[in-house]
Amino acid sequence: MQVGLLHYLVVSALLFCLGLYGVLTRRNTVAILMGIELMLNAANINLVAFNKYVAPGALSGQIFALVVITLAAAEAGVGLALVMAAYRNLETVHVDEINIMKW
Amino acid sequence: MGELAAFIILSAITLVSAAVVVTSGNIVRSGLSLVPTLLGVAGLYVLLQAEFVAGIQVLIYVGAITVLILFVIMLTQGGTGVRVRQTTGQLPAGMLTSAVLAALLIAVFRGTVWPSLAGTLPQYTAGPIGATFLTSAILVFLVASFVLLVALMGAIIIARRER
Repeated sequence: MQVGLLHYLVVSALLFCLGLYGVLTRRNTVAILMGIELMLNAANINLVAFNKYVAPGALSGQIFALVVITLAAAEAGVGLALVMAAYRNLETVHVDEINIMKW
Repeated sequence: MGELAAFIILSAITLVSAAVVVTSGNIVRSGLSLVPTLLGVAGLYVLLQAEFVAGIQVLIYVGAITVLILFVIMLTQGGTGVRVRQTTGQLPAGMLTSAVLAALLIAVFRGTVWPSLAGTLPQYTAGPIGATFLTSAILVFLVASFVLLVALMGAIIIARRER
């Protein structure tokens, strides 16, 4: 049995849904960011797999994956800085306790 | 045959440690389980003949983002500790949503016939990727550099202690 596009798509779908589960159920802001990283990785697996199996003539999928990795690094930096700022002002990192904008 | 075995082992490492990341009650264990997850994804990139992307994945994700996440876990003391409740009240809804989405996605993937264009990947991808970034994808390259610069300044300004 040969490894095909479908195998990679199924793995990335499962990884995406695990990340989504983490984002939806976690209280800790850092854990939510970890879930987002898992979802971005699932998207990257899809991009590289499509590059190999659907359009191997160009490297667009790998270029896209590299750009997504760059933006994920920027997102992690700014997101974790926001967590630090929120922790300093509110002394909590739990999203259900950060509710000062809720009337 | 060897490719299939490698694929199964790498997928199992990735998915099992990803499950530990999203379900562990100890946030430090979650952060450390991110390392095998991202290394497994890098292995999948190698299987897909994307060795440059795999190297960048190890450098940026495993080397930088995981360390950053662990630093923030250590700096925000209120978040650590095993006894702290880690899940919100929407645990069943989240479980149901992800399970339904996974089933839907897999059903769609199984039912779709993907086209296959001609061509082969180059033997080593690093050189052609660099050439593409400096010719036809130059705008993407410049915008990504600018976004990185802005994110760097924004992170410093947001995280700085105000006097």
